[in-house]
Amino acid sequence: MGASLYNLSAAELSDLLSHREISASELTESAMGRINSIEPQVNAFLTVTRDHAKKRAAEVDERRARGESLSPLAGIPIALKDNISTRGIRTTCGSAILPQYIPPYDATATRRVYDSGLILVGKANCDEFAMGSSTENSAFGPSRNPWDTSRVPGGSSGGSAAAVASGEAILALGSDTGGSIRQPAALCGIVGLKPTYGRVSRYGLVAYASSLDQIGPMARTVTDTALLMNVIAGHDPSDSTSVTEPVPDFTESCCADVKGLRIGVPQEYFGEGTDREVASSVKSAIDRLCDLGASAESCSLPSTDYALAAYYIIAPAEASSNLARYDGVKYGHRTKEWAGHIGLTEKTRDEGFGDEVKQRIMIGTYALSAGYYDAYYKRAQQVRTLIRNEFDRAFEQFDVLITPTSPTVAFKIGERSNNPLAMKLADVCTIPANLAGIPGISVPCGFHQGLPVGMQILAKAFAEETLFRAAYTYEQSTEWHKQKPNLS
Amino acid sequence: MALTREDVRKVALLARLDLAEGELDMQVGHLNQLLEQFEKLQELDVTGVEPTSHSIPIFNVFRDDIERPSFPREEILANSPEVRNGCIVVPRILEG
Repeated sequence: MGASLYNLSAAELSDLLSHREISASELTESAMGRINSIEPQVNAFLTVTRDHAKKRAAEVDERRARGESLSPLAGIPIALKDNISTRGIRTTCGSAILPQYIPPYDATATRRVYDSGLILVGKANCDEFAMGSSTENSAFGPSRNPWDTSRVPGGSSGGSAAAVASGEAILALGSDTGGSIRQPAALCGIVGLKPTYGRVSRYGLVAYASSLDQIGPMARTVTDTALLMNVIAGHDPSDSTSVTEPVPDFTESCCADVKGLRIGVPQEYFGEGTDREVASSVKSAIDRLCDLGASAESCSLPSTDYALAAYYIIAPAEASSNLARYDGVKYGHRTKEWAGHIGLTEKTRDEGFGDEVKQRIMIGTYALSAGYYDAYYKRAQQVRTLIRNEFDRAFEQFDVLITPTSPTVAFKIGERSNNPLAMKLADVCTIPANLAGIPGISVPCGFHQGLPVGMQILAKAFAEETLFRAAYTYEQSTEWHKQKPNLS
Repeated sequence: MALTREDVRKVALLARLDLAEGELDMQVGHLNQLLEQFEKLQELDVTGVEPTSHSIPIFNVFRDDIERPSFPREEILANSPEVRNGCIVVPRILEG
């Protein structure tokens, strides 16, 4: 049994652990064995925390043996995206500017994961500072899609998605600024939730675009996603943008019931640029939900077409400010030879940052510079208001909106690296939710050419329960989530 | 009004990026391509529309002024590029 434990869901494993049919140590061994055998093909991790995991698993087993009451996820292996701070464990953000950075503190999400007895098995690869849609911008090389290792796993939380899809971890945390949880979840055939902005503390999440960033859970089933959301959601005094909204038990929303659920189908998400097969998988999924008691109606969100442009002003503007801290002075990479203190910073940054990060810092700096602020940054923020208002109006009429998560299935490694526009279109369906701050979940809804397709469900702010209910009902009526990539 | 090499050089100085010549040319092309896409936003009428900086209202948060331990000095210094006598070594910024 030990050999294939990594194939089971967190809910199933939790049951086995609590009945002492397996131990946390055995389960951790199983995940480590899986990492040993397939990591050379998948490259999901930047750091594998073997010793840490072994020690933590033994602690959980001891506590259980003493009869302590443990959280449902105690003993379950988890991967954390490498932009989430872990005290004493290297956190690189996929960047050559932080190749050996060891955080002196844990992110609040990390702390909550540890406090629940989850076992950290490694830090997952990502695009540098979470900027990208394929992990190809990682300074340490791309991760690979477990369904076809010549293809990208999506990004920026591509390592997290690949680790969960391939059984190297049962659960993972990612971060989502413009789709970085949902898009890789879709491309790797797993579930990924971007919570409402403010639901999960960002304390210790290395900042990319602070008004958009949000940590969220990734898993192979909707119930597992809800279990992990229970762990990380909630107010944190250390993050001034974290909200005091009460946190329900999200697993209670994992019940098969969509009677009366009103689904809006925004036409802008199904137009040119969306693969016909992707669109048709998502439409079949909507039909399925209607068979189960929901109703669906076509609708229009005309500002959608402007979201990408607004995002590529707002996110880089915030990034240019957030990334000013990497100056070669206090921590991180420092260039070997320099002239003057400005020279030190300029040369350090030129050496440490990759092309995509430099491009975003440049456009962000320009958009915020004197004389251009009104034309770019302010206008983008006004468009952000229009997008929010449009969602507000849509949610007066509908409980959820359903769209494709990504307009295409996973693309080949290298295919889009020289076409920045095509790369940016990977996030066209996911960006609007970040601008509006609303929650969105991606759920597997089919395959095209042997590659997973994801359906995105959006709801109004703090309506994650509605997302879980719709996603769970759909999942339980399908077999998609039971399929596994063929890796050996 | 496309950005010139000189314009981009100025932005690079503001951004504290010492771009190599080849990189500078790449940035000129990239920035101009992006600015072209941003033109699309001019199509929208945003007269009287309030800008959104955060999707939720943001307030200053203050903690009680209570003493608490700071981060361990060794852990902080362990990340520094150069340390001498418990201090981070930095380039001289004043002459004389």
